[in-house]
Amino acid sequence: MMNLRPETLREIDEVIPHYPQKRSAALPLLHLVQEDAGYISGEAIEWIAARLELQPINIYELVTFYPMFRQKPIGRRHIKVCRTLSCAIMGAYRTCAEFQKQFATGLGDVSPGGEVTVEFVECLASCGTAPIVMIDDTLHEKVDVAKARALSDQIKAEAPSRAETPLSG
Amino acid sequence: MPAPVQNRLIFKHIGEDGYTADLACYQRNGGYEVLKKAVLRKPEELVDEVKKSGLRGRGGAGFPCGVKWSLLDRKSGKPIYLVVNADESEPGTFKDRYIIHQDPHQLIEGIMITCFANKVERAFIYIRGEFPDGAKILEKAIAEARAAGFAGANILGTGYGCEIYVHRGAGAYICGEETGLIESLEGKRPYPRIKPPYFPAVLGLYQCPTIVNNVETLCHVKHIAAMGGEAYAKIGTPGNTGTRILCVSGQVQRPGYYEFEVGKVTMGQLLNDVCGGPLPGRTFKAVIPGGSSAKVLRFGERYKGKRKVGADMVEYDWGVEDIPMDFDCLAMIGSMGGSGGVIVMDDSVSMVEALGNINAFYSHESCGQCTPCREGSIWMKKITARMVHGEARPEDGALLKSVADQIAGRTICAFGEACAWPTQSFIAKFGDEFKGYAKSKQEPRAEGVPELV
Amino acid sequence: MIQPASPELITVNIDGREIAVPKGTNVIEAARRLGVDVPYYCYHPKLTVVGNCRMCLVEMGTPAVDPATKAPVMDPATGKQRINWSPRPTIGCATNALPGLHIRTTSPLVKDCREGVMEFLLINHPLDCPICDQAGECKLQEQSAGYGRGYSRYIEHKNVKPKRTLLGPRVMLDDERCILCSRCIRFSKEIAKDDVLGFVDRGSYSTLTCYPGRKLDNNYSLNTVDICPVGALTSTDFRFKMRVWFLKQTNSIDTESSVGANTVVWSREGAVYRITPRQNDGVNDTWMADSGRILYKDIRSQGRLDSIRLGGAESALEMAVKAVADLLKRGGAAVVGSGRSSVEEQFLSRKLADALGAKAWIVGRAGQGDGILVSADRNPNVRGALVTGLVAGVPSPSLESLGELIDSGAVVSVVSVGEDLAAAGLTAAQLAKVSVVYLGTHANATSAAARVVFPTLTVFEKHGTFINQQFRIQRFAKAVPGVAGATDDLVVLAKLLAAAGGPRLGAEIGPLWTVLAAEVPALGTMTYADIPDTGLLVDGTPWAHLRFAEGPGLHFKPPEPATKEASHG
Repeated sequence: MMNLRPETLREIDEVIPHYPQKRSAALPLLHLVQEDAGYISGEAIEWIAARLELQPINIYELVTFYPMFRQKPIGRRHIKVCRTLSCAIMGAYRTCAEFQKQFATGLGDVSPGGEVTVEFVECLASCGTAPIVMIDDTLHEKVDVAKARALSDQIKAEAPSRAETPLSG
Repeated sequence: MPAPVQNRLIFKHIGEDGYTADLACYQRNGGYEVLKKAVLRKPEELVDEVKKSGLRGRGGAGFPCGVKWSLLDRKSGKPIYLVVNADESEPGTFKDRYIIHQDPHQLIEGIMITCFANKVERAFIYIRGEFPDGAKILEKAIAEARAAGFAGANILGTGYGCEIYVHRGAGAYICGEETGLIESLEGKRPYPRIKPPYFPAVLGLYQCPTIVNNVETLCHVKHIAAMGGEAYAKIGTPGNTGTRILCVSGQVQRPGYYEFEVGKVTMGQLLNDVCGGPLPGRTFKAVIPGGSSAKVLRFGERYKGKRKVGADMVEYDWGVEDIPMDFDCLAMIGSMGGSGGVIVMDDSVSMVEALGNINAFYSHESCGQCTPCREGSIWMKKITARMVHGEARPEDGALLKSVADQIAGRTICAFGEACAWPTQSFIAKFGDEFKGYAKSKQEPRAEGVPELV
Repeated sequence: MIQPASPELITVNIDGREIAVPKGTNVIEAARRLGVDVPYYCYHPKLTVVGNCRMCLVEMGTPAVDPATKAPVMDPATGKQRINWSPRPTIGCATNALPGLHIRTTSPLVKDCREGVMEFLLINHPLDCPICDQAGECKLQEQSAGYGRGYSRYIEHKNVKPKRTLLGPRVMLDDERCILCSRCIRFSKEIAKDDVLGFVDRGSYSTLTCYPGRKLDNNYSLNTVDICPVGALTSTDFRFKMRVWFLKQTNSIDTESSVGANTVVWSREGAVYRITPRQNDGVNDTWMADSGRILYKDIRSQGRLDSIRLGGAESALEMAVKAVADLLKRGGAAVVGSGRSSVEEQFLSRKLADALGAKAWIVGRAGQGDGILVSADRNPNVRGALVTGLVAGVPSPSLESLGELIDSGAVVSVVSVGEDLAAAGLTAAQLAKVSVVYLGTHANATSAAARVVFPTLTVFEKHGTFINQQFRIQRFAKAVPGVAGATDDLVVLAKLLAAAGGPRLGAEIGPLWTVLAAEVPALGTMTYADIPDTGLLVDGTPWAHLRFAEGPGLHFKPPEPATKEASHG
């Protein structure tokens, strides 16, 4: 059974009528479900499909197309390092390697202890202050190796209190 | 000649101390006064102003906005939609981000004027998923505007109403392509549509007439409504009117956003005077003037020919530094103004590796619908990846070009050109580097030269 | 018959040759009419156009006009209006005929486009030809030979995707071979109305799949195999059985229901290997149901009758015929024909009934219509029985009325042409009370109880015609020789007819048709040879008052039953 929070269900009910055709609400629903549950499960795909009077394949096609949707849980903190040209020129590969080293984790994996997932993503549209990193919803600019180390330390410092909260996206 | 002063029309308040995104601050600075006057005019008049202004789209294609609006099928009886393209994803571009996060009401006012002018009653802002805060800021701003009667039903008591909804994307560059965006908004995989017959002005969102406009473009509409199309057309240069935000990134002293009258600043002025020139000890090697899809320019190249200035044909003989930053000049010398994303590379960058980075981007973002782009983009990526991490052959440059030539012009959407032009231009301008790459790899890598692939 | 209104014709110029085509015709079809081949993968005349393979790229030009005056601009070299050729090629599938449209398919640009697309399709394509069922009918093979560069420049690693996935009980999927044309997805959604297939992931890693846990198992799944241009979707039944170039193709008709879907029977050395649909734009487009494709397995299935039997013992044709004649001399005969018999067989069955002064029945067969290509009437040829006069109304599935006549002793002999009387409701007692003569292909309660058994032929082993729900008469042809011991139904019926004192008619279809056409008013002056491959509509108004079982389907809207007066007026 889908165990979504009441607020999530309310927001789902609110957003569907924004569109003349129900199918358009697929992306908003996927975002809402992922923010609630941390990832999109098979059950969620079928639930969303039923809610929008679609076939599960119609939702599955979207989940696998868009990189922001994931079908497995990730670490408590989500570190996205931009890899595209301007950031790469300013050292993004080294920034990313530093985060991976700090948390002993591979790209896309959940780090040991479950604290972070590091991803190498495409242009985040802040090229003037490269290298760019997003940690959860927050943008961090000019993240060279030293700053990556500092941000990692901050994440680790916040970790014990975070460990109390349930794993979410 | 030193660079002219910036004309901060759109970016007037970006980065300003104390300027906040809420309605009160916007109104303190004269916000929504233009909308109040606009709704008292005939919608056709406003369309006319935009036509007279010569405004060209700021999303990348540079298509005349007034022409786009006039192509709308207004006789079909179907509802007309406005879709705001806030999917800013072209590498090197970072202007819409600031409008959305710091001055959202300017966008909303531009949207409302546009909707009123085109009798649109429902508008969607398609914002890239990686701007989660931006989406929340926009939703808050829309709620404020609705509460104040600037958006929603019955605007300012006129009886005209338009709802604006924020719709978040989820990480696909192809959603910036107008028909890909429409497919995504309809809840399907964002496969761009074949044109003909699916021109958005006729068969767009839900097969209804639709305008798709970039965030910055819509902000310009507000200013055109304020000052009038003729006055706007006097800003900038003929055929390239108004201002545009240039986003400079890469290896310059002061990367960032700069708003100039279109065509009034040259590449050299921009990079040297405004951005402080190259990093210490380095020289400029290459610059991509309009987002990573634009063809690269090699410092040291010359561009010669004749061009129309006013009524006369005038000769030009330019180096990269001399090129005026407008749509027509950049197209004339073999590149494009695009999205205004200026990416600067200096002599520490290997062009093979830079292309490898770009090819990886395009092959990752290709939607996969049509054969040349789907297979060609990944082939080009595999070639450059092999060159960098495996064995580089002297003929790989020619092979890359040949593959790119088989993509451009043969695809459903402009992504074909977007992924082919970098390869074509890098090989054309830096072919020597590609031929000699295997050898240069044998030298020890210079200190501090970052990996790009 | 009502002729369709003449469509508006537009003249286009392809490779210097002009042709007038109906409005709405695309370049691929216009070129086809001129005998010019424009290659394609994703285009299909019966599915929506997506334009994603890019193989049909051609050069397009329009006549030059002065933008101000709209006057034509002439080319001094040719003296004709100058053609502005677009530097950008256009896809033929999505370009419809326009007045003045000029197309080039043989220019260097078009050649380069085709070589480019072929090269791109092959770089991630596995070298499976030696083990791939599609070989010999693979569009990738054909078009790389016809339009490809002929050598590979690709030295990188190919994408790896799931191979040999059972997509459904009848369809095997190999994702590496898939060229992502999306024909199967469009078919499932638009024709089969089962939106179960889709692409997952992105770019070159895009992969065709069913939703995990679901299957492609609707009754039209094998059509995706037909339309897959490569060996990505293949039939599990046909898998690894035969190379297609060894197979002979014979035109036939699906006997599953009164739809009469046109088929091709593929056989070699007397064995049938598969059945596929045959295009008929008036009946089944390019589709057929999966359930009709397995009917060829009846040829060699359990219980196939293989020897003439008289009183349980093996007999010879003439002896058996004489025995039947003796039985029928007693009078009190009944003829049970079949809605599965051909028109010719029904005609002879009727002549036999006439000669015997006997009543005739056929047995109704009802099923659920699916609204597409399987109708509610599971007999392929009820209307043949009506047209030949064998019966006068829509048959009931029960032979109750015959049973009553048997009980009362009015009927003492029954000649059954392919119908199991027990399955049609006669009791064992009733069966035992009469002398049964059975003509059929497989053993059943009736053949077991019959005094005389004549093994006959399946639809695959003989020629004939059926009349479908549209009152369309369609031919089927003999694909394989009959099994040893079986005799052509027409031969047996003709001999029985003669032995019963009826006219001496040959069993050769051609001459038989001369008699048919003369005696059956609805067939007019038709000859067997005249009937085109797509069939011929017969005037069904004499039966327009009957309540047929069929509901709407593809290319079929059941007519409102007329009043008896109107239909006989």
